[in-house]
Amino acid sequence: MNWTTLRRHPRLVIGLAATLIFAAMGLLSLIWTPYPITDIAIARRFATPGAEHLLGADQLGRDMLSLIMSGTLTSFTVAVMAIIIGVGIGVPLGLAAAIYGGPVEWVVLRFSDLAFAFPSVVIAILIATLMGPGAGNAVIAIGIFNVPVFAQVARGGALAISTLDFVAAARLAGLSRPMIALRHLLPNIASLIIVQGTIQLSLGILAEAGLSYIGLGTQPPATSLGLMLRDAQSLFLIHPWLSLAPGLAIVVIVIALNIAGDGLRDALDPRLKRQGLTNVAG
Amino acid sequence: MSLVEIDKLSIGFDGRPAVSNLTLGIARGARFGIIGESGSGKSLTALSIAGLLPENAEVSGTIRLDGNALPADEKAMARLRGQRIGMVFQEPMTALNPLMRVGEQIGEALALTRHQSETSVASLLSEVGLEAQHAQRFPHQLSGGQRQRVMIAMALASAPDLMIADEPTSALDVITQRMVLDLIREICDRRQMTLIFISHDMRAVAALCDQVAVLRGGELIESGPVAKVLAEPSAAYTQKLVAATRMAPRQGTPHVAKKNLLEVDHLTRAFAHGGFWPWRKPPLLAVNDVSLSVSAGECLALVGPSGCGKTTLARMIVGLDSATAGEMRFEGTSYRGLDLPAARRADLSLVFQDPFGSFNPRLTVARSLGEPLRLVPGLSPIEHEQRVTEAIESVGLDRAMLARYPHEFSGGQRQRLAIARALVTRPSLVVLDEPVSALDVSVRGDVLDLLAKLQQQHGLTYIIISHDLDMVAAMADRVLVMEAGKIVEEGRPDALFAHPQHRLTKALMAARLPEIAA
Repeated sequence: MNWTTLRRHPRLVIGLAATLIFAAMGLLSLIWTPYPITDIAIARRFATPGAEHLLGADQLGRDMLSLIMSGTLTSFTVAVMAIIIGVGIGVPLGLAAAIYGGPVEWVVLRFSDLAFAFPSVVIAILIATLMGPGAGNAVIAIGIFNVPVFAQVARGGALAISTLDFVAAARLAGLSRPMIALRHLLPNIASLIIVQGTIQLSLGILAEAGLSYIGLGTQPPATSLGLMLRDAQSLFLIHPWLSLAPGLAIVVIVIALNIAGDGLRDALDPRLKRQGLTNVAG
Repeated sequence: MSLVEIDKLSIGFDGRPAVSNLTLGIARGARFGIIGESGSGKSLTALSIAGLLPENAEVSGTIRLDGNALPADEKAMARLRGQRIGMVFQEPMTALNPLMRVGEQIGEALALTRHQSETSVASLLSEVGLEAQHAQRFPHQLSGGQRQRVMIAMALASAPDLMIADEPTSALDVITQRMVLDLIREICDRRQMTLIFISHDMRAVAALCDQVAVLRGGELIESGPVAKVLAEPSAAYTQKLVAATRMAPRQGTPHVAKKNLLEVDHLTRAFAHGGFWPWRKPPLLAVNDVSLSVSAGECLALVGPSGCGKTTLARMIVGLDSATAGEMRFEGTSYRGLDLPAARRADLSLVFQDPFGSFNPRLTVARSLGEPLRLVPGLSPIEHEQRVTEAIESVGLDRAMLARYPHEFSGGQRQRLAIARALVTRPSLVVLDEPVSALDVSVRGDVLDLLAKLQQQHGLTYIIISHDLDMVAAMADRVLVMEAGKIVEEGRPDALFAHPQHRLTKALMAARLPEIAA
């Protein structure tokens, strides 16, 4: 990856740039927002977008731009934490399945079948019932859903790599199986995992919005894009702007992440690097 | 008049030229060979005649078929391909649709021609030497040679004027290769068809073609009648290619010790068939009760067609796979394969066939070469570095190359690196699995010379696995012929090849392509 690859893949640049703008906006909310998000002022409720409030104000008079900045941060944080859980547990599981095979592989595969069978919302409801709603439990619910995805991606990639001769050469050189997985398999499937990561990030943001919308995710006074939608839904016909703003933010972030994921796949996949030359032997 | 005229053809990718200023005329009814190494632009030239170049190719120059320039319009070009040009690709498994019966695929090719002819699927199958019942099979139910015959039948469906065969035999073993080449020649004769045959194998071109063009780096080096070009090559490059087809013997002075280094005792490897009722089918015996012994300093060759179990045997010897029954003894250590003690693994090593898959693309050469050194306990970092440097220099490469990554090396260089990695632990026995078959003809000789030199220098014992009888005759002290998991014949190469006894050995000998007349 360098500047030339970036220039050759405009999708990657556009997607990454849009994602980074939202992420930076979210991070900025940690130290500065136009107004504090807890600043309730009935006098300026439903203020229209203008010089004072760029995106207007909601039914409690909170500044919409500040809310969206802070909500974006929550959404990103939840999705990123969920990916860390997914990669941290899923990739080792997938690699173990690929290198040990047999019963280990069976257990990993049945576990992922099981996890795929339950939508993340059902898991979230279960966790919320057990431990109470909150952003932390949303992270766990989405993370559990990410684990089998990364396990499958890691296993598939590792199986393809492990048929190559250099893995046999490493076995001859006396490397243990975990060593082979770390030194030879993991670096060669890293690009697959990164690409899957961007896709799971966008899915995670959607899932967080969904969970907050049904009240199982982020709890007030903290806010997230999904929670803003939930607050605005009863006012949709009177003040459509209140739901449009967070809704559009979600849409743009998800589209940006998907474009970035596509671009990353094109840029990282060596088979697509030199398009059209794959069938040409000499 | 020429059927195909190529006039000042240039093809480039991203500004890098792949074919430059190529002018060729291919006469009607000729069998025209295009020869060159990987990267010489020979396949691109063929694809451009069929109008199948990738879309990002920058093309200039003209190609005329029967006096008319090839149409720029993709639809017209597709019609032309369907009716006048037949193509046979290198890898018949990927060129056929795995989900369609081969009869349907040939039928589809027939339907696309829209000729009002009598040709039927059955007649095409019989023309390529297959039976009518093969039409009902799927590609995976056919052997490599049979798949290539199906490809030829599809190419013939349109009764084309021109058939382009792009390395049609390089994925096949020797015996099948010869049969497919003979079939192509016979069909061209019968149908008076023009053939463009693309290959890196001089001897295949000599056996099949009457005209030849030699390409190198996208430029035409030499062209003319085969007999003239190959008998009196004028360009130095052609001379080198012709010389590379002759294998000079490389056995040095006798160096075989009396002591047995490795003994293989009634070794069997069975693979269970998958499926719901695994006991319904008897297990496949890839290696079936094989016994052999290798003396120290010997060069033993295992030859046989693909699927005869020679690679499975090699993997067990080096400890990558375990035998189902029987055992091996390496200098007194008994083992069955995977249980080879770590302390002995440094004395055994393996050179892989494919130099492109045998290095981790993410590791530097130094790290890849140093990897087996963990089998040698108690090496200091300085000794470690010395060993790696010594290994890379012993295969004739520079120590500065240690910092580079595998993709920066050519096929021949990578195979040298693979040999360096095999030697870094200073083993006594090296197993070479088809050490040169993936390499260009012109570098094969160099690699074999290197192997012979290293054997002399270090007193190595080799087990060479191959189906290339000429290479074996040049390298081996003793040859074992393997078929279906069993050793069927054994002997010194000169005696064995002069008087082959077993049916398979005779078939292998008969399939050898004739030497190029000097």
